[in-house]
Order: sequence, then C-alpha cells, then structure tokens
Amino acid sequence: MNWNNASEFFAMGGYGLYVWGSYAVTAALLVIEPLLAAQRRRKALEHARDAIDREPSQ
Amino acid sequence: MASRIPWFTFAAPSRFYGLAAALEPWLWFTAAALAAVGLYIGFFIAPTDATQGEAYRIIFIHVPAAWMSMLVYLVMAGWAAIGWLLNARMASIFARALAPTGAIFTFIALWTGALWGRPTWGTWWVWDARLTSELILLFLYLGYIALVASIDDVRRGDKAGALLAIVGAVNIPIIYFSVRWWNTLHQGATISLTTAPKMASTMLTAMLLMTFAFWAYTFAIAFSRARAEVIERESATEWVRGLLARPDRKTP
Repeated sequence: MNWNNASEFFAMGGYGLYVWGSYAVTAALLVIEPLLAAQRRRKALEHARDAIDREPSQ
Repeated sequence: MASRIPWFTFAAPSRFYGLAAALEPWLWFTAAALAAVGLYIGFFIAPTDATQGEAYRIIFIHVPAAWMSMLVYLVMAGWAAIGWLLNARMASIFARALAPTGAIFTFIALWTGALWGRPTWGTWWVWDARLTSELILLFLYLGYIALVASIDDVRRGDKAGALLAIVGAVNIPIIYFSVRWWNTLHQGATISLTTAPKMASTMLTAMLLMTFAFWAYTFAIAFSRARAEVIERESATEWVRGLLARPDRKTP
C-alpha cells in the first residue's frame, strides 16, 4: 500500500493538483460524452415519432 | 467457410441498430470494470516512481489516451474511405460516430500531458514535434466534424469528410515517429513491440488495463452515437416506424 491515510492519497506527494486535475477532466469528459450521445438518440427518436404523428391519417 | 458468416448483414442500418443496442450495456460494463481494476492497480499497487514521484500516475490515462487518439483517427479514416469508395452508408456513419471520441482522447492526451509536463519538465507546453503534431491532430478532428456538419447533403458531407480524413492520416506516422525523427523534449517510446518495457510490471499492467478500458469505451460510445446517427438518417423508413410502433418494448 502506497498511502497511510486519505490525506496522503489526495496530496499525491505534492502533485495532487496535477494528478487530480488530469483525472477529473478525463472523468468528466468520459461521463458527459455518453450522456450527450444518448440525448441525441432520444431527440432523433422523438423527431421521428413526431413526423409520424403529423402524417394525415387514412 | 468464411462465406457462411453474414458479414454484410450488419451493414444494414436496421440490423446494426439491434446488434449495437444489445452489445452496448456489456461494453459499458467492460469499460467500467477494466478502468476500476486499472485504477486500483495504478494507485494502490504500482510503486512511487523514483524520479518523478507521484506525478507519473498521470501516465495511466495520458498514454492510453494518446494511443487512442491516433488509433481512432486511423479507424475513422478507414471507415470514411470505405464509405466513400464502396458507397457504404454504415461505414460513413461509423466514421462520423468516431470523430468526437477521437477529438476527446486527443484533448485528454494534451491536457494530461500539460499537467504532467509542468512538474516534470517545468513547462505546460513546448512547440516540439510530438506536442505540435498532436495538436494538429486535434484540429484535424475538429475540422472533420465541422466540415461534415456544414454540408446539408448527408452523403456529400460523408465524401468531403472522407477526403479530409484520408489526407489528414499522413499526420499519424508523423506523431508516432516524431520522437525518433526529431530531437524532442517529449521522451521516446517507453513501450515497444521489439524491446522489453522500461517500466515496472505493475505500472505496465495498470496502463494496459486503462488502454483496454478506453477501447471498450470507444466501441460503446461509437455504437451509441452511430445509433443516433442512424435514426436521424433513416427516420422515414419502415424499420424505424416499426421500432417506434412496438408497444411491447421500451424504446431503446
């Protein structure tokens, strides 16, 4: 084990800002991207559904 | 034998949609599981680096992201070329689906590189060949995304994008070999296929696990975005109507 306690872990031997700055941005991007893709698919499906609803019924 | 495998079945957007929807949850799970194990080994088992201290732990995402930024570009250009030359719609959709992910990995490589370079080299950025060519890669991705988005005729956009992607592929070997061809501040390859890795095996394990996690992530996000793209392009077709009409199933 590299760390004796949580504060040592977060300090990263004085490099905490650099290490956590890297991981935080990476994690944020890799969480937001799938959410945006799923939102885009939902919108596309809604669009398709609206287009069908607008068609004159036979 | 090979002819019995219906390779082209999934070239049909309707078949692809179903297959991708079924695979996606497994791919997300695989990505998360690999990342969890990789980060555990990277932070709790891999030892402190003798010269860089704890700052080196950035490489567990920096190197996999940099690898993915180049690999995704080649795959994107390949699909774009197939979509153009064979007039295959699904291939062009894959190319478009990969571009934002490639751009994000490129940005991550640059961002984490800067945060690693500051404490290690004493600078956020230098205009050396490796860093500059990686920045050009980011612009190529952004250029591709902007170009295909700016052309209203979807198939024309696919073709224009393919041309840009193929021409831009020349940048990939430049990035890859830049540390050998020029005297760069960026260090040479630590991992190569021809020599033993110059790092502790636990460090290497963590880095490879993160690489596989990014692979799984890339498949999952590309499938997800390709499905959105498929619906946008095919909204008037019978199979999308069928997908929307099915009352027994939640819309995927």
